[in-house]
Amino acid sequence: MSNVKQKVRAEEAEHPIAPYLRMDRIPHIWCPTCGIGTVVKCYATALEEAEVDLDKTAIISGIGCTGRVAGYMKLDAFHTTHGRAIPFGTGLKLGRPELNVTVFSGDGDLVGIGGNHFIHAARRNIDLLVILVNNFIYAMTGGQNAPTTPLVARSSTMPFGNYEAPFNIPNLAKCCGATYVARWTCLHIRRVTKAFREALGKKGFRVIEVITPCATLYSRLNKLGTGLDLMKFYHDEADICHGADTRDVEIDFQSRIVCGKFVDEEKPTFSERREEHYRNKLGDDFVGMPSEGGWLHE
Amino acid sequence: MKTDPAGVLTGTHYFDGDWACGEGAMAAGCRFVAGYPITPSTEVVERISGRFPTMGGTFIQMEDELGSMAAVVGAAWTGTKCMTVTSGPGFSLMMENIGLGAMMETPCVVVNVQRGGPSTGLPTMTGQADIMQARWGSHGDYELISLSPQSPQEAFDLVIEAFNLSELYRVPVMFMMDECVGHMTEKVIIPPAEEIEIVQRKLSDKSPEEYLPYDFEGKEIPEIIRAGDGYRFHTTGLTHDKRGYPVMSAECQEFNVRHLVDKIRQNADDIVRYDEEQIDGADVVVIAYGITARVTRMAIDMAREKGVKVGFMRLIVVWPFPEKRIRELAGNVKGFVVPEINYGQVVLEVERCAAGKSTTVGVPHGGGGVHDPEVILEAIMGAAQ
Repeated sequence: MSNVKQKVRAEEAEHPIAPYLRMDRIPHIWCPTCGIGTVVKCYATALEEAEVDLDKTAIISGIGCTGRVAGYMKLDAFHTTHGRAIPFGTGLKLGRPELNVTVFSGDGDLVGIGGNHFIHAARRNIDLLVILVNNFIYAMTGGQNAPTTPLVARSSTMPFGNYEAPFNIPNLAKCCGATYVARWTCLHIRRVTKAFREALGKKGFRVIEVITPCATLYSRLNKLGTGLDLMKFYHDEADICHGADTRDVEIDFQSRIVCGKFVDEEKPTFSERREEHYRNKLGDDFVGMPSEGGWLHE
Repeated sequence: MKTDPAGVLTGTHYFDGDWACGEGAMAAGCRFVAGYPITPSTEVVERISGRFPTMGGTFIQMEDELGSMAAVVGAAWTGTKCMTVTSGPGFSLMMENIGLGAMMETPCVVVNVQRGGPSTGLPTMTGQADIMQARWGSHGDYELISLSPQSPQEAFDLVIEAFNLSELYRVPVMFMMDECVGHMTEKVIIPPAEEIEIVQRKLSDKSPEEYLPYDFEGKEIPEIIRAGDGYRFHTTGLTHDKRGYPVMSAECQEFNVRHLVDKIRQNADDIVRYDEEQIDGADVVVIAYGITARVTRMAIDMAREKGVKVGFMRLIVVWPFPEKRIRELAGNVKGFVVPEINYGQVVLEVERCAAGKSTTVGVPHGGGGVHDPEVILEAIMGAAQ
C-alpha cells in the first residue's frame, strides 16, 4: 500500500530539474535509451549545485540530436546553424562578458563541420564551457559516418565498416589549448555532474566529452544490442584514469574507454589577454568593454 | 537619438571608402566587429582594429567567414551593434549565417566590398556582380535590405543608415560597396556627434512572463530583448512560432516566413531610397548604383549635349527595389538603360517592373574596371530612338 501512495506522490511532484527545463516543450524528441537526456539532467543538476545565476547563463547548440538541447533548457537559449555554436557563443560572450556561456552540441557538429571553430576557440582560450556529446555517429540524419566513428564500426555511409581514423577529442582539445578537458560516459552520472559543476566554476575553453549510446542507429548498425547493453558495456569497459596522457585515450571499436579529468589548468582567456595587452600598449587611452550590461545605450 | 561621441572622428578627412565605411560604423555606435581578411575589404577592419580599443569596441579576427558571421549574429543578441566585412568569396561563406540572422530577426550589418567573380575572380579589381546574391544568396525565402554607396563620403553616411535600418527592421543589412569606392580616396566630412542621428533598438519593457520573442501583427517588427536580462528566451533557425519554439508545419512556415518577407515588402515605401535627376519629360532614364552611377553621369552629359532628354535614377537602397517608381515611369519613357558591372542583374528587375511598357537595355561589364562612358552613351542613343 505504501508503495502505491509513494507512486502517486511521485507523479504529482515536479521533477527536480523541471525549473531548468522548458516543460512546455516536453516530451523531447530523443529516442528511448538515448543518452542525451541523461547529460541534460547532469547539466541542470550542476547548474543548481554550482548556484549559477541563471539569468546570466546562455546556452547555444548547433544542429543534430544534441543540437536540440538548447531548445529544452530554460535559459537564454540559441539553436543555431550546423557547426557554428562556438563562434555564435564567442560573439555572445564578447558582446556581454558577464554571461556564462555553455555550448552544448554533438560530435559531428563540434568537431566535424565545426572543427575549425573548435580548434581556434581553444587556441584563443575563449571563455566557453563546451559540452560535447559523442555518440560516434550522425544520428539525426540517419547514422552516417562521423569524425568520431571508431575504425571498423559500421555506419550508414560506411556499410562495410569505417576505414577513416577518428578524432581523439580530449587530445585535440588539449593540443589546441583547452584549459579543462574531461571525458565520461553517460553511465557516470555523478562524475559527469561533478565535472560540469567544476567546469562551470572555471574560466577558459573547457571541454567535457560525454560518450552516449545511440541505440537507434549506432547500436543497431553494429549489432550492439539495446541502450542498456551499451550502458553495461560502459560499466565494464570504462577505465577511470585521471591525468592520463591524452595521446593514449583514443577510442577503438568496442574496447576500453578511458575516462577522467585530463587537463585542468589556468590560463588567461582571450578577453583577459586582450585587455592586459591593450592596457600595456595604450595606457589610459584604452577603453575596455563595460564589465556589465553590454553596449546597449538607452 | 544622437550617437555616442566616443566613436565620432569629427573633422574633414582624406579617406578611402574602406576607411570611411569603418569610421561610419564606429560613428553609428558599432562596438563589435568579427571578420576575416579579404581583399579589397580588409582596410575597413584594419581601421576599426586600430580605433576600437579607445572606445570599448571589440574586434576579433575569426578563423573564417562562417565563424565571423556566426559571431556577429551571436553578439547582436547582447544588444551590441555588430558588423562584419568581406568580399565575394567570404560573402558566399557568410550566406549560411546571414540566413540565420534573417530567421532570428537579428540586427547587424554585412559590408561586401565587391570584386570581380565568380570564385576567386579578380581580388583587387572592381565588380558589382554580388548584388543579386545580396538578395537571394542564402537559401529559402526572406527579404533583406541592401545599400550601395557611390563615394567615400557616402560610405560614411550610408553605413550609419545601414545600422539604423538594421535596428529598425531587425534584419541583417547588406552594405554593397564596390572595390572602386572602397579604394577611392576623397574628402570625407565627419560631422559632430550631436548631428548624427542614430536608431537604436528599443528593448521590450514586457516582463519575462508576458514577453514572446516573435509576437507581431502584419508588418510590425516584433519587440526585441537580449541575452542576460532574465528573459530566458529561446530562438532558433528552425521555423518557429511566437514563442520562438520550433513548429514543423506549413501553417507555422506561413506565420514565420511570410513575416520575414512582409516586414520588408510592406514597409518598402519607407525603406526605398534613390536620387532622381531630370526625370520629368525624359525619353530615356538611366538607372545605376555604386561606382557605375558616377561613370554614368559623364555619359548622360554627353547625351544631353547631343540633345537627348535623359533622366537619371541612382539607386541608394537597391533592395528592396523601387518597383513602384519604375512602374510609374514605365510607359512614360521610351527606354531604361541599366549599366552595371555584371552581365545583367538589376537590369532584370527593371525589365520586370517596366513590364513591356518601355524598352529596357542593359549595359553589361564583366568587372575589373568601370564602363567606358561612350558605351553607356551608345546605349542611351539607341534607347532614345
